[in-house]
Amino acid sequence: MANEAYDVNKMPEKNPLSLQIDLKKFEKATEDEKKQADIMSESTSFFRDGMKRLRRNPLAMMSIVVLVIIIAMIIVVPSVVPYSYSDIITVNGKRDKTATNMSPFTYSKLEQQYIDEGGKVFPHIMGTDELGRDYFVRVIYGTRISLVVGVFASMIVLVIGVLYGSVAGYFGGKVDLIMMRIVDVIYSLPDLLMIILLSVVLNEVINVSGNSLLGRLGTNMISLFLVFGLLYWVGMARLVRGQILTIKQNEYVLAARVSGAGSGRIIRRHILPNCISVIIISAALQIPSAIFTESFLSFISLGVKAPMPSLGSLANAARSGVTTYTYKLIFPAVMIALITLAFNLLGDGLRDAFDPKLRR
Amino acid sequence: MDKNYVPDKENLVEVNDLKMYFPVKTGLFTRTPLKAVDGVSFAIKPGETLGLVGESGCGKTTVGRAVIRLYTPTDGDLFFDGKRIDSQSIGSMRKDMQMVFQDPYSSLNPRMTVEDIIGEPLDVHKLYANAKERREKVLHLMELVGLNAEHATRYVHEFSGGQRQRIGIARALATNPRFIICDEAVSALDVSIQAQVINMFEELQEKLGVAYLFIAHDLLVVHHISDRIAVMYLGRMVETADADELNNNPMHPYTQSLLSAVPYPDPEIAKSRKRIILEGDVPSPLHMPSGCAFRTRCKYATEQCAQECPKLTDRGNGHLVACWNK
Ligand SMILES: Nc1ncnc2c1ncn2[C@@H]1O[C@H](COP(=O)(O)OP(=O)(O)OP(=O)(O)O)[C@@H](O)[C@H]1O
Ligand SMILES: [Mg+2]
Repeated sequence: MANEAYDVNKMPEKNPLSLQIDLKKFEKATEDEKKQADIMSESTSFFRDGMKRLRRNPLAMMSIVVLVIIIAMIIVVPSVVPYSYSDIITVNGKRDKTATNMSPFTYSKLEQQYIDEGGKVFPHIMGTDELGRDYFVRVIYGTRISLVVGVFASMIVLVIGVLYGSVAGYFGGKVDLIMMRIVDVIYSLPDLLMIILLSVVLNEVINVSGNSLLGRLGTNMISLFLVFGLLYWVGMARLVRGQILTIKQNEYVLAARVSGAGSGRIIRRHILPNCISVIIISAALQIPSAIFTESFLSFISLGVKAPMPSLGSLANAARSGVTTYTYKLIFPAVMIALITLAFNLLGDGLRDAFDPKLRR
Repeated sequence: MDKNYVPDKENLVEVNDLKMYFPVKTGLFTRTPLKAVDGVSFAIKPGETLGLVGESGCGKTTVGRAVIRLYTPTDGDLFFDGKRIDSQSIGSMRKDMQMVFQDPYSSLNPRMTVEDIIGEPLDVHKLYANAKERREKVLHLMELVGLNAEHATRYVHEFSGGQRQRIGIARALATNPRFIICDEAVSALDVSIQAQVINMFEELQEKLGVAYLFIAHDLLVVHHISDRIAVMYLGRMVETADADELNNNPMHPYTQSLLSAVPYPDPEIAKSRKRIILEGDVPSPLHMPSGCAFRTRCKYATEQCAQECPKLTDRGNGHLVACWNK
């Protein structure tokens, strides 16, 4: 066999001063080890790979847990707690006008009486507000509104930004130039001023009322969505355009064109799958910023219409009695902080897991 | 563009006076045309291989991409199978013309499985009746280029450079094309794998009768596979001849220097060839020297070379050279 020519034991002794590698120090590879080189590593898809990395990130996993708990709460609590966000507490069918500004886990006189008589009263976990409404339910409803607004607004941003950015990036040239100048103009508009102006104008023009969700949210929220739809998508559009410009340079896009694939197929099969992770991550990061904007607007009384609460308007209402009823500010503030922090950490975790190139 | 240009019926691909200029920003408002390809002509017969050589940046890739119309040429007449290649006709020609790309890493989509990558041309041209037939065709192609069929469902990041290049070749073969542009298809590979892939190209040519435009910067590789060789320098063709003729009797000083740099396995031949080392750098294609582009590095350069650009002239045996002195 040819291998025998290389039998290490038959080779001349190595000169101790020689720099040559001493073959005797090497062990022969076993058949098993030789086979290992042939077998490729376990096939992992891009998605599973990313999930594995995400699961190893404790901050991201904690954020997921926190978000799941919050979402479970806003779904379950309204059907468990027997109070409504808009009505004054009623005890045994009678309105309890005295149950205002109670501390957490205390009962009003009427309630205490009722309990003594053998009735059951659900505790006020966070007390009541100045009108005698259960504060826990209001905070939960506020969280619900803030989350819905955040997700909805970032959906608007996502859809408009991705469509606009991919058209500009894919077609390039003059189309891109004109579309990006429009983006620059929009970018330079002061967003808060626009929201304020829009809600003033919209209040005159349309009058949403009735019992639909939008009607209960009020005109201010519509103008908030409108402003998100009109102004906030530009960041996303820029991001998507930049991504597509770089992906377009890759030879696999040229190869698809050589294969005869049309623009639609190239965008769907080649370009979007390669920037989808970046898009999803920045949409996830958009949610806390939308929640924050909503809270801020509600705080300056441009947010949701009363009696509908949002975390911002709750904080605003708590401002007046902040020295005596501090807990009324702490609850919504902690909630805002928890949500924004969780989304931000989750977004960062997603980015690290699915787009290691973007890591700062 | 010459509307009256009539292509030769015998040629599968014919390129006449191809020019490809890229507008390059040189100032805030000024744009200078970068003459990546400046008047290149060649023809390829069915089942034949034309090798295109030249150093990095001389415009080889640009020629290939303009022929397959990834770029719209600035000027020139391109024909495939006797029909003019333009933005309308290219759609129906895509099936018969394919390309293997230079970079095996960026030419395969990292988010697609091997099966989907090779199957894409089949999808686009609807070359199968059902999913089973598609799978069979893909597996057949993988076998053809020597890939393990078990790896069809894997993603490309799990493959080595050589395996990736094979995937790219399988994709190019999917539609049964009559003409394939191989853009440095082996340059990124190890020498041992290079030989395998080149042999595979030759086998496929024998089996399927495809014609190749084989782009490379390595003359030894090109000589091995080509019927004819064309040598480019800075966007222009300086010499073209049959492969053996060019190898034995290089006339243009640039070709001579390229050949002298080829490492010969036989030390006797290697000794007899004196190495010609070119002086100076390749001029920037934005600031081309007047007249013959090679004159700045040519030891035979004269006054005439600076004044006029030499045309390709026939020196017998179909050996065309663009040089005033040789
Ligand atoms: N899209 C483009 N825009 C502007 N200039 C370009 C473009 N593509 C190529 N060029 C220029 O054209 C010239 C030729 O490039 P090309 O890629 O054809 O060279 P090449 O011979 O393939 O080189 P290599 O061996 O390195 O692949 C280079 O100077 C390059 O900078
Ligand atoms: Mg090239």
